Amino acid sequence: MIALVDCNNFYVSCERVFNPKLEGRPVGVMSNNDGCVVARSAEIKQLGVPMGMPAHQIDPHIRRQCILLSSNYALYGDMSRRVTDVLSQHTPHVDVYSIDESFLGFEGFEPDTLEERCQEMRHQVRRDTGIPVSVGLSTSKTLAKIANHRAKKESHFNGVAIMHPCSDDTKAFLQQLPVTEIWGVAGRSAARLRTLGIETAWQLREAAPKHLRKHFSVVMERIVYELRGEDCISLDDMAQPKKQIMVSRSFGRLTNNKADLHEAIRVHASRAGEKLRKQKGLAQAIMVFVRTNKFRQDLPSHNKSLVVPLPHPTDDSRELVRAAIAGLDRIFKEGIWFQKCGLMLLDLCDHDNEQLGLLAEPVSDEQRERNERLMATLDKLNREHGKNTVRLGMPRKINAWELRCEHRTPRYTTRWDELAIVET
Amino acid sequence: MSMHLSILGRVDTTAPPLKLPLAAGEVRTGFPSPADDYLEAELDLVTHLIQHPSATYFLRAKGTSMTGAGIYDGDLLIVDRSLKPKPGHIIIMSVDGELTCKRYDVIGNRHYLFAANPEFRPIPLEGRECQVWGVVTHNIHSLAPGFTV
Repeated sequence: MIALVDCNNFYVSCERVFNPKLEGRPVGVMSNNDGCVVARSAEIKQLGVPMGMPAHQIDPHIRRQCILLSSNYALYGDMSRRVTDVLSQHTPHVDVYSIDESFLGFEGFEPDTLEERCQEMRHQVRRDTGIPVSVGLSTSKTLAKIANHRAKKESHFNGVAIMHPCSDDTKAFLQQLPVTEIWGVAGRSAARLRTLGIETAWQLREAAPKHLRKHFSVVMERIVYELRGEDCISLDDMAQPKKQIMVSRSFGRLTNNKADLHEAIRVHASRAGEKLRKQKGLAQAIMVFVRTNKFRQDLPSHNKSLVVPLPHPTDDSRELVRAAIAGLDRIFKEGIWFQKCGLMLLDLCDHDNEQLGLLAEPVSDEQRERNERLMATLDKLNREHGKNTVRLGMPRKINAWELRCEHRTPRYTTRWDELAIVET
Repeated sequence: MSMHLSILGRVDTTAPPLKLPLAAGEVRTGFPSPADDYLEAELDLVTHLIQHPSATYFLRAKGTSMTGAGIYDGDLLIVDRSLKPKPGHIIIMSVDGELTCKRYDVIGNRHYLFAANPEFRPIPLEGRECQVWGVVTHNIHSLAPGFTV
């Protein structure tokens, strides 16, 4: 069995742990400078504030009722690590899929006990970190994802929904589920599926896989098998959630060589940058992580992650590489044998900002070369005429950095001088 | 009256949490290698004090209501969220949206928070919006001038 564990309104939940006053209030977390809402509490959703809406476009009457906070990536990164740590105490197979979602493998566990185990795990995450999570259980990732959705929406599940691939309940649910709600089925594919007479998840499940492979791709064929309960999709196949991009890979063999990690992170960051430009997004922060092999009990374990906020939203691979390497250097430790490293781009936003558009187009090689020449020229000008003679796509002058932290809460878990204060 | 102190070892203040074996020799029957006695790791205060790292948080105390329990303004509290509070524990609780540090106790079947300072009255928990946040396992208070926590 496979479980998908998803933190409920993760950023807002992190804020609430250290500031219980936010409980029950409409809270939104904003992205950097541009101030779009990137995370919402249930209450702010109810007020009709949509995801991604620029804060200044919220109706002033509604905005007055809301608490809008700047992103506190240091806090979210640390809390994410804590959640993952707790999950790892329940199974050795934890695949982090995004900052707030993980797939858990439960091979070899008695299936009948899983629902109870997952309830226990859910309570432990809540107790140890204060973060509420929902769990979806099934035999494939796609069904686990659907089950997770139900765990969130239908209160009778109590946070843990199990979907047996062949049950009547599953059939009834898939029969009314539009294909667009399935993980990995994008709007365009859905439109083409409709021309084939496939509108619901159940119809897709019953379709001929080979036929779909011809019309779509091997991934669509696999989705059919997944809906039947066969686990055949790897996380790398699937589109990442729109607001995050993850690139990671295990090393062929364990390494303790810093140069190996540097090289891997450099490649991952460039790859992530490509993905980002392809979907015309800009990243606002980058999370770097390293893992040791949990099956090698004879070696010390060292699983660390760190979120590095970017000074301004960017899709420039060089900036991503620089930030990622800086993060890696902070979590690398000599003498440790690493199995895996990777990174995740966080809080992607669309680049509708003209000044940033320069770098943000999905560029051909030729264009990119031109951009690189441009960069070189800029660098030269700045070198010869003083720093910041020519500036690239910075929407505001100097204080952009302070500006975006205006409503940031303290970095409660990563700074000695910003710890949460308790009245005695 | 004199106090006897024995030195346990030296502290590496820069050390990140380490899980080193205290003795690195293989387990085998027969005589243990005498060299094992010399293969000692440095003492790591973090792992010594913290049993549940992913559930442990540092908080800063503010105020004077707990001085009787040795908690002073500005002290560093080590708080374990995974422990279940028992009567007598000093806990962190969110009361009406504020985090507060007090001793938890039960009288009859009513739950109270007690300050450790006679100037403060007990706080009955009945009828309040409250939730346990964690149990304070240690308090770090600096003594030497010029040192802060």
